[in-house]
Amino acid sequence: MTFLLVSSAIKVIVVFTVLMLGVAYLTLAERRICAWMQDRRGPNRVGPYGLVQPLADGLKNFLKEETLPPHADRWLFLLAPAVSFVPALVTIAVIPLAAPLPTPWGDVPMVVADLPVGFLYILAIGSLGVYGIVLAGWASNNKYALLGGLRASAQMISYEVALGLSTVAVLLLAGNVSLSEIVARQSASPFTWNVFPLSLAFGIFLVSAFAETNRLPFDLPEAEGELIAGYHIEYSAMKFSMFIIAEYVSMVTASALVTSLFFGGWDIPFTTWDNSAPASVWKTAATGAMFALKVIGFLFLFIWVRWTLPRFRYDQLMALGWKLLLPLALLYLATLATAIWYLHEPLGWTYGTRFALALFGVNLAFIVPLVWILDRGRLIGGAVERGGA
Amino acid sequence: MAITVKVMRRPTRDTSYLRATLKGMSLTFQHLFRPKVTMEYPEEKSTKDWTISSRWRGTHRMLTDEQGRAKCVACGLCPQICPANCIKLVPGEDEAGHRYPLIYEIDEFRCVFCGYCQEVCPEEAIHVGVHYENSEYSRDRFVYDLERLCAQTHPVSTLWDPSDPKGE
Repeated sequence: MTFLLVSSAIKVIVVFTVLMLGVAYLTLAERRICAWMQDRRGPNRVGPYGLVQPLADGLKNFLKEETLPPHADRWLFLLAPAVSFVPALVTIAVIPLAAPLPTPWGDVPMVVADLPVGFLYILAIGSLGVYGIVLAGWASNNKYALLGGLRASAQMISYEVALGLSTVAVLLLAGNVSLSEIVARQSASPFTWNVFPLSLAFGIFLVSAFAETNRLPFDLPEAEGELIAGYHIEYSAMKFSMFIIAEYVSMVTASALVTSLFFGGWDIPFTTWDNSAPASVWKTAATGAMFALKVIGFLFLFIWVRWTLPRFRYDQLMALGWKLLLPLALLYLATLATAIWYLHEPLGWTYGTRFALALFGVNLAFIVPLVWILDRGRLIGGAVERGGA
Repeated sequence: MAITVKVMRRPTRDTSYLRATLKGMSLTFQHLFRPKVTMEYPEEKSTKDWTISSRWRGTHRMLTDEQGRAKCVACGLCPQICPANCIKLVPGEDEAGHRYPLIYEIDEFRCVFCGYCQEVCPEEAIHVGVHYENSEYSRDRFVYDLERLCAQTHPVSTLWDPSDPKGE
């Protein structure tokens, strides 16, 4: 028991520190990558290559004046940053980060809390994040903030449905909701990574994850062109910073989640030595690095998309969520459940590369017509006459 | 009644969201590796794309003769033509009858950098310079006296030549 408490405390501290540092450098990475994409250099003045820039930003935010709008609902106004900050942070707790670490007192699983209901926990806590934004919008007593909050609630609730349904497919395939089990199930070969047997679910999940984290092209709650800054318009200094940190932490969590659910978590592809029995420090380090690499790859994708795509119109956002992703996810789920049952029961296959590739075929049957329909601009597109062209 | 919006009939390849997205993504990715256009100012003050024009009219410079004396003969044309009235000139005369400036001061805060003083000067003494970094700790440091004007070392402006309008 003592061992569990001590190891958990150490893991909490380490994960929290790494996460906050990572988020600080993520803001720098975002600014540098954005600059490079626009043929600029980006912040490179504070320290070598601008590496101390996050520190300077943090210091600036601590020293800035805290403002409190006179007509704001004082307690909710103060509470809102915390409400959006905490759920973003605690979500990472159930994500397995590396292979178990051996210690003289036994192996330590590299996950802060290996909850048996891991995935349900993520869905529950993830939905809490919207409260912070809605409360901020409402408590500010500002029309733009309120509109931002309203948009956030509508958007996040819409996409939560598609997000949840797309992950049900993962749970069906794994037969378990514990994230450690889901990761373990994917480790046989790169083709058993869920991105192959469940590629469409991956696509839906990715789009929904962008919407859930309020990143472009779904950043309607902020929409600086129309709402100035949306829900955090009345916030300054560290409270404003908390919202930004929460947004970036959700990005990290979403990336870690995509990695765990669809890209084999900490599994190193084309090898099996990393998931076989005797645990070693070296193994933990290698798998941890692999996990970090995958997460960084998705973070880059987030940044890359943000600096490429323009924002959706509000009706396009709703149409994409309710008219495309939701029915698609439902239909997909029904088909996939049937396929998984068929492969398991009448054919008697066990889960492996052959099983995964067969499911991949089922996915292709969905993806090809879907891409064809989307390409015709029937669901999301520019100003095209319906049925025209 | 629903608002009707006039929509264009355009071919699919122009309106497909998917294709536009992929095209945009590949474009931004290529731009990651393009050469950057930023000139990092305090370290580099000119690049191969941009150098300051030789016609730039900046802070003044008084040219000197071989003995290190100002070429100015205190003729009074520059304070006369100056539209901003920023030149203060008190003429003096030595025993041999040569005129020279007793006081020659230019208030760089009043100056509008029109360059008329350089155009009008018969001795090619006062010039506007190709120079733009003028920071000081107090306002009175911006009144340049004769000694300071002579001590400037930056290149002088070529001004605009009507017979060669493009500077070739």
